[in-house]
Amino acid sequence: MTTIRLPMMGLVVLIGTTGSGKSTFAATHFGPFETVSSDYCRGLVADDVNDQSASTAAFDLLHHIVGVRLARGRFTVVDATNLTRSARASLIALAKEHDVLPSALVLDVPTQVAIQRHQARTDRPFGVDVIRRQRAQVPRGVGALRKEGFRNVYLLDSEQEIADVEIVRTPLLNDRRDLHGPFDAIGDVHGCLSELLTLLDRLGYRIIRDDVGRAVDAEHPDGRTAIFLGDLVDRGPDSPGVLRLAMGMTRAGHAIAIPGNHEQKLIRALDGTNVSLRHGLELTLSQLARESEEFRDDAREWCRELVAHLVLDDGNLVVAHAGLKEAYHGRASGRVRAFSLYGDTTGESDEYGLPVRLPWAEDYRGRAVVLYGHTPTPTLDWVNNTLCLDTGCVFGGHLSALRYPERETVQVPAERVWYEPVKPLAPAPEASPARRDGQLDLEDVLGAHSIETSTIPRVSVRPEQAAGALEVMSRFALPPGKLAYLPPTMSPVPASTREGFLEHPDQAWSAYAAAGVREVVCQEKHMGSRAVVHVRRDGEEGAAYTRTGRAFFDEPTTAAFLDRLAAAVTAAGVFDELETDWLILDAELLPWSLKAVGLLQEQFAAVGAAARAGLAAAGGALDLAAARGLDVARLRESTARRAEDAAAFSAAYRRYVWPVSGLDGVQLAPFQILAGAGGTYEERPHAWHLALIDRIVAADPGVLRPTRRLFVDLDDEASRAAGTQWWLDLVGDGGEGMVVKPAANLSWDAKRRLVQPGMKVRGPDYLRLVYGPEYLSHLDRLRDRNLTHKRSLATREYALGLESLRRFVAGEPLWRIHEAVFAVLALESEPVDPRL
Amino acid sequence: MLLTLTSTAPSASDLGYLLHKNPSRVQSFDLPSGQAHVFYPEATDERCTVALLLELDPIELARAGRGADRRVLAGYLNDRPYAASSLLAVALSKVFSTALRGVCVGHEDLANTDLPLEIHLPVLPCPGGPERARDLFEPLGWLVEATPIVLDPALPEWGDSRYVDLRLTGAMRVADALSHLYVLIPVLDGDKHYWVNEDEVDKLLRRGGTWLADHPLKDWIVSRYLARQRPYVDEVMARLAELDGATEAPADDEDTPTPPLARLRAEAVVAVLHEVGAHRIVDLGCGQGALLRDLIKDASFTEIIGADVSASALAVATKRLQLHRMPDAQRARLQLIQSSATYRDARLAGMDAIVLMEVIEHLDPDRLPDLEHSVFAEARPQHVVVTTPNADYNVRYPGLAPGAMRHPDHRFEWNRAEFAAWAARVAADHTYAVTLRPVGDDDPEVGSPTQLAIFTRTERS
Repeated sequence: MTTIRLPMMGLVVLIGTTGSGKSTFAATHFGPFETVSSDYCRGLVADDVNDQSASTAAFDLLHHIVGVRLARGRFTVVDATNLTRSARASLIALAKEHDVLPSALVLDVPTQVAIQRHQARTDRPFGVDVIRRQRAQVPRGVGALRKEGFRNVYLLDSEQEIADVEIVRTPLLNDRRDLHGPFDAIGDVHGCLSELLTLLDRLGYRIIRDDVGRAVDAEHPDGRTAIFLGDLVDRGPDSPGVLRLAMGMTRAGHAIAIPGNHEQKLIRALDGTNVSLRHGLELTLSQLARESEEFRDDAREWCRELVAHLVLDDGNLVVAHAGLKEAYHGRASGRVRAFSLYGDTTGESDEYGLPVRLPWAEDYRGRAVVLYGHTPTPTLDWVNNTLCLDTGCVFGGHLSALRYPERETVQVPAERVWYEPVKPLAPAPEASPARRDGQLDLEDVLGAHSIETSTIPRVSVRPEQAAGALEVMSRFALPPGKLAYLPPTMSPVPASTREGFLEHPDQAWSAYAAAGVREVVCQEKHMGSRAVVHVRRDGEEGAAYTRTGRAFFDEPTTAAFLDRLAAAVTAAGVFDELETDWLILDAELLPWSLKAVGLLQEQFAAVGAAARAGLAAAGGALDLAAARGLDVARLRESTARRAEDAAAFSAAYRRYVWPVSGLDGVQLAPFQILAGAGGTYEERPHAWHLALIDRIVAADPGVLRPTRRLFVDLDDEASRAAGTQWWLDLVGDGGEGMVVKPAANLSWDAKRRLVQPGMKVRGPDYLRLVYGPEYLSHLDRLRDRNLTHKRSLATREYALGLESLRRFVAGEPLWRIHEAVFAVLALESEPVDPRL
Repeated sequence: MLLTLTSTAPSASDLGYLLHKNPSRVQSFDLPSGQAHVFYPEATDERCTVALLLELDPIELARAGRGADRRVLAGYLNDRPYAASSLLAVALSKVFSTALRGVCVGHEDLANTDLPLEIHLPVLPCPGGPERARDLFEPLGWLVEATPIVLDPALPEWGDSRYVDLRLTGAMRVADALSHLYVLIPVLDGDKHYWVNEDEVDKLLRRGGTWLADHPLKDWIVSRYLARQRPYVDEVMARLAELDGATEAPADDEDTPTPPLARLRAEAVVAVLHEVGAHRIVDLGCGQGALLRDLIKDASFTEIIGADVSASALAVATKRLQLHRMPDAQRARLQLIQSSATYRDARLAGMDAIVLMEVIEHLDPDRLPDLEHSVFAEARPQHVVVTTPNADYNVRYPGLAPGAMRHPDHRFEWNRAEFAAWAARVAADHTYAVTLRPVGDDDPEVGSPTQLAIFTRTERS
């Protein structure tokens, strides 16, 4: 029995003549999709697996499929003869391009066996001399194939041996997804033993010393594991001491370590290679000279065995000394190793003679947290889910650690400047703009996207929806950093069957009761413009914007508005109570005419003017005709009714128009507290929201407006009737209507589907503005409206809104927040009946 | 929607013969989206008035609406049931078809006689106001009385609506009077309820043949009549604007004040690109392709990327540039992509030059840093060419109110000092050198209408 070990993250190249049994072997040992066969590809491109004239196209396809699989990290086997060096070279190149390890498996059977098998088949048109020629090409030496670039080579040269193999797939050394920590990742130590001991102590580790008092291990009572992110040595006062401690901890299972570029150079120096003794290496070597030779050898071997990067905790954490871009996570190649040790360099040097590094973290879009060191930075700043923990301890900065998964940082200051930096530690503000995390890429929003949310597993955005939203987001909305949320659309209730009503509370009661909701809140619907207000205690940096992210006011007015709001929230004690310095409020901004005066004049008032003048003239002409004795009774009656409808129509929009100057006349009616530093509040009942909001409103009734509300118990007929009456009173004098929401807020039905977060029940007169002045005469036809799409859109947008808020509160990278915010706008570009 | 036509001729009620409609009856006709009623409010020998009253079904009208219209509220809520529009013209030709043709069997003389007529259109959309109504009808021999209709009597500060109450008085053949209305009502309305096709040309010639040729506004009438599909509407933009209660953003294309300036500007940009030896060009914010047309004609530009944030502008550019007919060799030089100056786009990197022709002023000032970063720090071409209006020059535009901007979408217009300061700052921040030059007539006092900046990278690439 031969055991064949193949790296999981790898490409396996089968080599053998026709009839050597490759396909049978592949079918026995590999999954049906793992094997990509040249015959199959020939069939795909030529409808004939033997069409040799299609070979070029077939191999193009084979390489493409293999490339796509490797890019996705899938274990892949190539079933082709692969007898020529050039055929193998192109596959090795493909493996390298995707940073996976290529393995070769040679199946070599006696020519006679291959010929017999060949002759047993009727579908192979070529002669046996082809097989003889092929057999001569079969590589016979392991060494030659290794030289070609195969990492693992297995020669199976008998039928028996081929039949008798066991294949074991081995994880790469960097694959430590089985380790779950919790971890304490520690940045570049550079021989600063004293600070390291202080830090370990601060992290809760107990230091273990040997007979002569040297720290040789450290253990955490909770079983935490320390991670050394490389560059333990050089520049600092006691590199051997740091090595001794790290070696002891790793061997005791209390720490894991990855190498830094300084360890690499140290190995070469200890190996006797001629390296330039600079950048603190000279200090390390003189310190090590005082140690025993045994210790030096031990340290060298320990460093040599370190793996350049590690993938931990089910793939959720990646550590590499200089960081690692996503495409390289869990991969193995020279360039992956070089990236891990030295970063993404341009090959150029800067004015200080240091390599120019590319800002890979700005482009990072991966889900895994990446922790690294290598480049000293003055402060700890998350950049797109990555964190550099090198805070230049040896240069007089700090030694830093991150607790994972808690994401808490722990720092100890350097006891002194141990080594003068070539380049000042604090970056000039110009050289490193604070926007790093804020840099959005077009790929973050354009094209097809699928967004995972905490309420709906996946919300898809189609490319054309994204394309439609790009212009609005780019040219009209506030900068993405100011938009943590865009509000979702809301569905109306199903059409009422009651005489004279298109919408009625009955349908809200029954729809929510059917979804298992027992209590609802009815909230007065203010007819203004939907507004999102981000208010901060200090009045700075907030925003007040529309459904599509446009600012409501110019800058000075916004500032004055937010100041007043901040004062009201402060006075109401809500910042303190919620332990936050900021809140995002969902609200309505009145009057409607503030933002929509163009729409009111060009559309609503114009229709009203045309109707008023046109119907008056028609009435006059009909009166004259009637006076002549013509039978125009029906026409007179319908014209008179239409004139009344037109008057009611104009009256309906006039309610939402009043003059505004600066903030005078502006009113904000908040109805929900979306988020604060402590989290998002969608699970707090609406009563909680409204009670807090009432207090805020009471603090400045000049600019804030309360929201009238009524709670309805759906199990109680009398309560429903009271709710209906409440609505009738609200709309009786032309009011817009109400929004009905589950009183408990975010709710699920029995099948764990999201319940509509709200449904609007609009008043009969208000609906004239939507369905036209005369819509009440056409109710029979208007009732036939389909809400399916609108309701689905409403829940998807709601889920996205919640997701963007949660990401915002969690301090996730801007691209993650913006992705969800942008998706709401993209979905809104969807054509749905605008009257719903 | 109502139209009345009155004859004050002796034996005025002869009007009934001319129109083939009996003054003592009320008649109704079915229309695609409602009914037309014909009746006579007056019918004496001194004065005879026929009324055409349209009762339109708003639900049917919406159902018959075009795709784009059904996605915004305006497709459902509009003045069609009330104001004189092409629907009235259609009803006119249906109900009074013989009269419109000038046929009146047995009363040929009457049909060929100029009669003293009065026409009343109580609600006529009239962009341009009463003035425009006079310009259109007076040359045809009418005495015009056009009274603006207020938008909302309860909100007097809103002023007049786009409608007028129109009364025409004149001596005219009935057929001519009807043909004036048939052609000019839709021309004024400007919004047609059905698609314009080849037949329309014939109809126009048939109805307006005799008088249109001599009308001083002939060109305007013809272009409005034939091209009265609404100006290019970006459906998605309209929809998203509506969410905010805003009205549709103006389709952003050529500048309004002096179109020749657009030409000069494009020529200036092309000249600069030649001067600096740029061959691989990005036209960032290419819009509908005004500059691309020049670039693609010039073989020295070997690689051209037209990038714009608006997918629909790119669709128009594709059409206008006739990409599908372009020879392969030329086509291969041009790529149209949707991009945005406020996001980083790797596809824009590594080119010789990025052109921002009349782009920056369409961005809010707080988004400019994003654009600067994308262009100067990320894409980092050898050269960047920027043009923008010179606000100092605005005083030379007589139609422009003091302090007003040249385009409704302009977020700012810089004077020369402001532009120079911006350009110098950006150049310094990103290691570029910058030179400024005027485009268009260089007025000694206020400078040129357009200002142009050429940025060139100073560090080694």
